[in-house]
Amino acid sequence: MDYPAINVWEKNDSLIVTTELPGIDPEKIDISVTGSTLTLSGTSTADPIKEGENYLRQERELGSFQRNFQLPFQVDSKKIEARYEKGILQITLPRLKEDLPKKIKINS
Amino acid sequence: MSEKDLQKTQNTTAMERIRNVKTFVPRVDIYETKEALFLIVDMPGVDDKTVDVELEKNILTISGQVENGKVKDHTLVFSEYEVGDYERTFTLSDEIDREKIKATVRQGVLRLELPKAEKVKPKKIAIQAA
Repeated sequence: MDYPAINVWEKNDSLIVTTELPGIDPEKIDISVTGSTLTLSGTSTADPIKEGENYLRQERELGSFQRNFQLPFQVDSKKIEARYEKGILQITLPRLKEDLPKKIKINS
Repeated sequence: MSEKDLQKTQNTTAMERIRNVKTFVPRVDIYETKEALFLIVDMPGVDDKTVDVELEKNILTISGQVENGKVKDHTLVFSEYEVGDYERTFTLSDEIDREKIKATVRQGVLRLELPKAEKVKPKKIAIQAA
């Protein structure tokens, strides 16, 4: 499985993607959408340590990451919203109006 | 990085909670300087009000409560990770000056500074030529 892990939530015509990215500078998170592909990339950096100091344990995910997701519909890129709170990134992806299924009226 | 490392590890040794939630082991970086021990703990979903640090004798317990992680009015359609509380316990070898412990939480990361007590700080011993 790739890093970071995501959860996807659905409501009517929009999707919400949540992912746990603790301790990342929001400036260093890059979210882009082309058509129906969502790309999430970024970098997390370790605490700078001085010479003579050493890590006794290093378990956290550090470095750069990138993931691409195929979404089930075209996204209205102008209406995408992203929020980063308590180390959790939440991206709201509304479906493009033109991409919505058309309701067909049946004439009797 | 192996596949297992990317998944959150469930804490099976943690005390059972009244709240029926899973408990995970937060990932930790630890580094040491001459003056102190620094712990950086990844606890996404936790803030300063929901994190708890306890030091009893030399047992350091870090715990954090996370709200269910659900998105309001939405249904989960695809899931790669689970949300739950965090708990992890460390046994410290050095004497820690407990009065001076500092803890901060930012963006779901807990940083702990555990200053070493005066008496255990390494002293350089001058060797005299015979």
